Amino acid sequence: MSDGVALTVTNASCHFDVSASWLSRLATGGARRVVRAVDDVSFEIKRGTTFSIVGESGCGKSTIAKMISGLQPPTAGSITFNSIQRADGSVGPPRVQMIFQDPYASLNPRWRCGDIIGEPIRELKLMADEAAIAQRIGDLLETVGLARGDAQRYPHEFSGGQRQRISIARALATVADFLVCDEPTSALDVSVQAQILNLMTKLQQQFGLTYLFISHNLAVVRHISDELAIMYLGRIIESGPAERLFSAPRHPYTKLLLETIPDVEQPNRDRRPMSGEVPSPIAPPVGCHFNPRCSVAMDKCRSIYPETESIDGVTVACHRARDTAPVDAVG
Amino acid sequence: MSAAPLLSVRDLRVVFDSRRGALTALDGVSFDIMPGEILGVVGESGAGKSLTGTAVIGLLDPPGRIAGGSIHFDGKRIDNLPPAEMRDLRGRQIGAIFQDPLTSLHPLLTVGDQLVETILTHLPMSSADARGRAIQLLSDVGIPSPEVRIDQYPHQFSGGMRQRVVIALALCAGPRLVIADEPTTALDVSIQAQITTLLKRLCREHGTAVMLVTHDMGVIAETVDRVAVMYAGRIVEIGPVEGVIRRPRHPYTAGLMASIPSVHLRRPLLKQIDGTMPRLNAIPSGCAFNPRCEFASDDCRRQTPSLASQTLHAVACHHPLAEVEHV
Repeated sequence: MSDGVALTVTNASCHFDVSASWLSRLATGGARRVVRAVDDVSFEIKRGTTFSIVGESGCGKSTIAKMISGLQPPTAGSITFNSIQRADGSVGPPRVQMIFQDPYASLNPRWRCGDIIGEPIRELKLMADEAAIAQRIGDLLETVGLARGDAQRYPHEFSGGQRQRISIARALATVADFLVCDEPTSALDVSVQAQILNLMTKLQQQFGLTYLFISHNLAVVRHISDELAIMYLGRIIESGPAERLFSAPRHPYTKLLLETIPDVEQPNRDRRPMSGEVPSPIAPPVGCHFNPRCSVAMDKCRSIYPETESIDGVTVACHRARDTAPVDAVG
Repeated sequence: MSAAPLLSVRDLRVVFDSRRGALTALDGVSFDIMPGEILGVVGESGAGKSLTGTAVIGLLDPPGRIAGGSIHFDGKRIDNLPPAEMRDLRGRQIGAIFQDPLTSLHPLLTVGDQLVETILTHLPMSSADARGRAIQLLSDVGIPSPEVRIDQYPHQFSGGMRQRVVIALALCAGPRLVIADEPTTALDVSIQAQITTLLKRLCREHGTAVMLVTHDMGVIAETVDRVAVMYAGRIVEIGPVEGVIRRPRHPYTAGLMASIPSVHLRRPLLKQIDGTMPRLNAIPSGCAFNPRCEFASDDCRRQTPSLASQTLHAVACHHPLAEVEHV
């Protein structure tokens, strides 16, 4: 119970070997090729808070989600869940569940919604009595804003937002207290997205849930997070309290990311769309991975990867972090 | 706005015949697009925004069909054209950009082959000239070293670059109208900004009108001149983008705007519109939004409001919100 920290990730990496077979390598003289999907990442998540990971496609955010939920072992470093005291008084590591992005693919179309929600309860033998399980399924459905009778219906009878509610109910069925949410709202319309985000906020207050929230939508992240980490090509380039990152970003990538979001409130402000694209994680640029797209890159950035340093409560990996004053990017 | 509209859609009605009767997917949709103008069409899934675009370019798949209304392009009626004439018009006069850049390109042909084929189909040109034009187009849409890239296959391009190729394809014959259906949805935010900037620049340079279909209000706010908000197959509000976004008059538009999380301001809870859009077979009588609307009265349950248009900013609502700043 180290002051309420639920999860500690220390220097975790996940590298995938995508080399050709040894025979073809021998024939062509090709070298081994390794994708550094996640590279030397460290962070902590306090219990009862929302920690978000933001980045563009291919930056490794979903791989982190998989590592934390145990679906993908890290190739180096450690991921440690700390004991927490639960609402019912018991002490132990948090129970982890996932909510996936696609509410159409993550529910078995041949199972009734009640069976889907009941499966973790039966599988983990949390309850033996069928009547109690049925009662629990009904309670869970009501918790997420559906009707008890919906247990008898099949996934295709629900809309996208309702399906995402079923996914949340399934995750809560194990009395989970740590939810890994991989883009839970990106497949939903904005009005439904608002319903799901509000539901997640209410459940967090009600059950003291901890969320790891993965998203590429900065406005959603701003809304839901207490802390956040920005990733670029497998590394965390800036992390800290959400308010501070949004009001005073230090890393040039964070600044550019904030500048490029299409904005309803200040449309057509003078913004410079980021040039270039995310390079391949197989052959990241030498030095700071962001240097080819960075407007303030200097020679050092092209040769040495910057150390992560802590400035004003924010950790940032940039050679220029101290030279450039944090600008008020979002006004 | 004295010029004649390039595209004029009046009372468009699209129905899908099914065994259980006809489902009305679009009902009484009317709008104009001026030459060189960017019109945004926004709404949630199932509102009929993509269908409107599909109907305009004549690509409705059976059992969908146009059951009423008219579509005029440059003063000429096009909704009842024979398929061959429509095919001729499509591509040359009206270009299309679709959401998924991966599936809109042929994977087994080089991008050059695809561009040249399209150019030769529509313009009287020699192959060599067509290739020159293809290289020029690729450079217009911001693809570096187009002389080399033209001989590459779609899989050798990244998502953002592929979408640029798709835009180049749509512009091959110098169309006067481009229908862009969610052109940035499959892309990352940093790439999204590049593509919307590109679209705007091309429209300005070539005087092309664009109908931009999207669900992203941010993209709408940044890109379009006017915006039409759709709900359950009808346009509920249409007007200049500033007015619709800052001073929405339809309760649905206002709710939609309020449900978008803001980058500037953190609220404990988002304002939400309860419920979901009705299915096509269960559209409520009267105003389709009435079950979810906080201002709904008996009138709203009985009578469908029409898109009253005295000014540029029109709204189909019995109880429109006052014209005050909401956001």
